[in-house]
Order: sequence, then structure tokens, then C-alpha cells
Amino acid sequence: MHGYANPKRFLSLARWMTPLFLAAGLVLVAVALVWGLLVVSPDRLMGETVRILFLHVPFAWLGMGGWSALAIASLVFLVWRHPLAALAARGIAVPGAVFTALCLATGSIWGRPTWGTWWVWDGRLTSMLVLLFLYMAYIALAQAAAREGISARIPAIFGLLGAINIPIINRSVVWWNSLHQPPSITMGKSAIDGEYLTPLLVSTLGFSLLFGGIVLARMRALLAETQAEARLRRRALEVA
Amino acid sequence: MREVLDQWDFVLAAYALGIGGTLATVVWSWLVMVGAEARRDASRSARREP
Repeated sequence: MHGYANPKRFLSLARWMTPLFLAAGLVLVAVALVWGLLVVSPDRLMGETVRILFLHVPFAWLGMGGWSALAIASLVFLVWRHPLAALAARGIAVPGAVFTALCLATGSIWGRPTWGTWWVWDGRLTSMLVLLFLYMAYIALAQAAAREGISARIPAIFGLLGAINIPIINRSVVWWNSLHQPPSITMGKSAIDGEYLTPLLVSTLGFSLLFGGIVLARMRALLAETQAEARLRRRALEVA
Repeated sequence: MREVLDQWDFVLAAYALGIGGTLATVVWSWLVMVGAEARRDASRSARREP
């Protein structure tokens, strides 16, 4: 694991993994969404709006999973000081924020015909909105730290503290009364019919690969910027 | 009075937003990566010049 923290080794892997993840993700997402849009039958209670869940559920999973990965990368950076772990956390933040925003937007679009309202201030929706604000604060903090030369430990500590929100999101539908349904998939169990579960799993896998490809692309960009900046600084010192 | 909503309007809006947002993020991240790596390679080749 520590061996992959070497930027050269990381780049040799990321160069072929980035296009592979993005291409495989695009194919799987296209298959799952055509399946969800045109093949599955309308749900008895939700009607046609059940099709929105093939987008909304992967977005929710990746919004929460993204912050969990960001917190793990922050912990690795704080404990072992691997600079690549800090880059990974920064690389996760933007797609995590985008997917959380898309989760909230698609959930709201689903809620209007199903619940009769675009938004309710219940535990699940509010804690998910808090997650979006945490992502935005992390992005601002990490960019400010990089620009002003402040220690990267500050956004890492923030990333770790923000993880407190993840179990709150997960348990919110159990702890508080909510319009949102309780968990449909738990460890090894699913309350979802096979007709909907299979395209949902394909869609989740496809979006996860896309998320991974985006994170790798952003990490490569951050690494290239750091290397170019270091080279320019060295040259300026040589001239002086 | 009961409001009549066409569920397909909501389904199509969610798909347009979800697919558009995801594709925009993929393309943006790819372009940022290609640009940053080109700048790094340019700074490397500029160093080799006498």
C-alpha cells in the first residue's frame, strides 16, 4: 500500500486506469439507464418515478462514500504524511460535491410527484444538505491552504471531523420520523424486487467507476500542477 | 382540486440533470488533467533548453 504512495508508481497505474474506469463507467451507466428508462415496468406505488431511483441512489451512495474515502485519505495523510493521500482527498472533494448536489436535485424532482412537495426539512434531507455544505467548505479550505502555503493538515482535520455526518445521514431515517423510506438495502439483505435491483446495481457500479475515473483525473492534474510549480521554483532559485 | 402531474416530465428532467451533470464533470476533469500535464511537460522541456 505504501509503495503506491510513490508519485511515479501512482502515475504509471493512473495513466491506464483513468481512461479504463471512465470508458467502462460510461458503458455501464448507459446500459443501466436505458434499462431503467425503457425496460423496467412502473412500480405499483411510485409509478413511472421509480426510474429516477437508478440515478438518485448511486448519487446518494457516492456522495456519502466519497466523504468516507476523503476522511480515510485525510487520516492516512495525518498519520503517515503521504502527500498523495492529501491529493486523493482533494481529488475526491469536487466529484463528491457534484454527486451530492445531483442526489439532492434528483431526490427533489422525485419527491414532487411522489410526496407532493419538492423539499421537507427532515433528518435525511437536511443531513444530506449539510454534507453538500461540508464538501464546499472542504474545497474552499483545501484551495486556500494550497494557495497560501498553509499546512495541508488543516483541511485533513476538517475532512476527518466532517465524517461525523456520515452515520447521522445513514441512521437519520431510523432516529427521526421522515417522509424518506427506511433503508431498502442492508448488509446481505434487500427489500427491492429483482426487476429493479439488477439495473440499480449495474448503475451503481457504473457511476462508481466514473467517480473513480474522475478522482484519478483530478489527482493527476493536482500532481502535475505541484510538479510544474516545484520545477519553476527550482529554476527561479538557480537563476537567483 | 387535485393537481394532475405527468410523471414522465419529472423522470426526463431528472435524467437530463443527472446525465448532463455527470458528463460535464467527466469532461471538465479530463480537460483540467490534460491541461495540467501539458503545462508540466512544457516546463520539463523548457528546462532542457540551453
